[in-house]
Amino acid sequence: MEGYVVSNAVVVAVVVGGVFAAWAVRRSRFWSESFRELARRRPLALAAIAVYVLLGLADAVSWVGDAEGLEGVAAHQPRTLLDRAFPADFKERSYSAPLADVEFYGAAPLARPGAHWLGTDILGRDVLLLTLKGARVALLIGGLTSLIVIPLALLFGMSAGYFGGRVDDAVFFVISTLASIPHLLLLIALILVLGRGPVQVCIAMGITNWVGFARVVRGETFKLRELDYVQAARALGASEWRIVLRHILPNLMHLVVITFVLLFSGTVLSEAILAFLGIGIDGSWGQMIDQARDELARDPIIAWNLASASAALFGLILSVNLVGDAIRDILDPRTLRENL
Amino acid sequence: MLGYALRRLGYGGLVILGVLGLLYVLFFLYAEPQDMAKRALGEKAPPEVLERWIHEHGYDRPWSEQLRDHYVRMLTFDFGRSDSDDVEISRRIREGAGPSLSFTVPIFVLGLGLGVVLSLFVAYFRETYIDRAGVVLAVFAMSVSVLLYIIGGQFLIGKLLNWFPISGFDPDPRVLPRFIALPIFIGVLAGVGGDVRFYRTVFVEETSRDYVRTARAKGCGDGRVMARHVLRNSLIPILTRVVTAIPFLFTGSLLIESFFGIPGLGALTVDAIHGNDFSTLRAMVYIGALLFIVFQIVTDFTYTLADPRVRLE
Repeated sequence: MEGYVVSNAVVVAVVVGGVFAAWAVRRSRFWSESFRELARRRPLALAAIAVYVLLGLADAVSWVGDAEGLEGVAAHQPRTLLDRAFPADFKERSYSAPLADVEFYGAAPLARPGAHWLGTDILGRDVLLLTLKGARVALLIGGLTSLIVIPLALLFGMSAGYFGGRVDDAVFFVISTLASIPHLLLLIALILVLGRGPVQVCIAMGITNWVGFARVVRGETFKLRELDYVQAARALGASEWRIVLRHILPNLMHLVVITFVLLFSGTVLSEAILAFLGIGIDGSWGQMIDQARDELARDPIIAWNLASASAALFGLILSVNLVGDAIRDILDPRTLRENL
Repeated sequence: MLGYALRRLGYGGLVILGVLGLLYVLFFLYAEPQDMAKRALGEKAPPEVLERWIHEHGYDRPWSEQLRDHYVRMLTFDFGRSDSDDVEISRRIREGAGPSLSFTVPIFVLGLGLGVVLSLFVAYFRETYIDRAGVVLAVFAMSVSVLLYIIGGQFLIGKLLNWFPISGFDPDPRVLPRFIALPIFIGVLAGVGGDVRFYRTVFVEETSRDYVRTARAKGCGDGRVMARHVLRNSLIPILTRVVTAIPFLFTGSLLIESFFGIPGLGALTVDAIHGNDFSTLRAMVYIGALLFIVFQIVTDFTYTLADPRVRLE
């Protein structure tokens, strides 16, 4: 199947999932009150995250056609909703400063004077568009990694904590083994072995990151298992599966939400390090920052690439961190403090 | 206590065997020797040269023999030769340890001192504007990518202000400080946000305990309460965080070393990544894990020093 069709399907799935999550939050008193408290404490950060998510989604929906001004293969490439907010041939020949009328080196006139708000990069691409497109990559990294980490950690953590004994010994051994390898080194080794590409990078990050959360889940399940209502369910003859899914899992959901948010900023920041090592994901802000490294050594210097990518990255991470801190304070003041 | 020590050591040994097993799966089973040879010698190398490379590096032996060899050599610290240029890996590691330690140890000591002092200060003013501003600043500092700290620091301090060389390294003790000052400054700055946020929560939790109120009631000054009582009682979480950071002093910092041209172990690892040098990478991962396990056991014993109530059974 064509890549862009998959991407469109993912957007539909994300939107359906979001609507379902909103419905679930509204239905439960605990979650809707927690959300209202969060919106009261961090309205700006939440709004900023919403903007990033919308940008990411807009850059994931694409279709072919309407490519005025493009020729050859480029005219038949799918272009995203975000691309379509800009003219199709929004390119210059090389660097130009923000809002400039002429090229930065040589002062040749631009095709679209004054139209590039954040200037253009070495290939003449519009920096504003490139920066906005980075949102999709960041969301992909954070989202897909969490999607790998959370089920894995829940599965192993809950079975270790609930069944104990041999299962616990085995899971604990795997956790100790993975946790004792330095994080970044394991990540690099995994990517070198799995190969380079967005999905591979996310899988590698998932494998390195599930351990910490699995340890928390294991400890919590250990505690929950001994509580009276679980004993009562067992006495009434509920099956093990039913106890785990209906009585233990819902009481771990607050930890899942906190982990999701904290993991998000962690993985997006570590992708920037991977980008520097040349094993990151194409189009990420980390890669833009890495490419802009040498531009500061030019004379006169070129700073707009570095500044836009860094500002976009900083804005996302800061809002996610602020929201994450607030969520942690609201949902769980103690358990995760020392573990994440 | 002795029984506990033996059990911990035994489990640590078991985990090391697990790590080696994982490394074997990663670097031998998953990676095809043909691909490795091509990566080391180039895509266009003739087949017989590839065969000779595979044979010389022992990747053509039966898997059981390779597995045994892998375990024996790693456990005896015989890392063999690099996949990319045939230099002995253990020599590289010995040469790289000094430069790495020369700047990671100062970062560690200064970062710890600054982190603890700043967070004691912030925790002292808990629930005031100073505290809130401190936390927000810490979150701001945490949200900046390490890449930006390094690039920005090199540009501002190294190029614009011209206080220190932008990069370079010289082991001569008279010029060394000039070269490592900027990496140390950036390393401390990049870590201080996370430290302050973590230590502050620890301290704030401790200041709400009864013994703090008792000490105050008996006329103990505020500064003395923070420095003597609160700090002393928060040692366990601090030790946990600090000791697990020690292995990274040896393995160095990948980013700082390659940006500043410090010929340490981090730079060695980066070279191994760029050159697809799996042997060197395997040795570095193994050493990192070994140090981590050793220092985790050490942490357990420092707990008894920090808090006499802790008994290791």
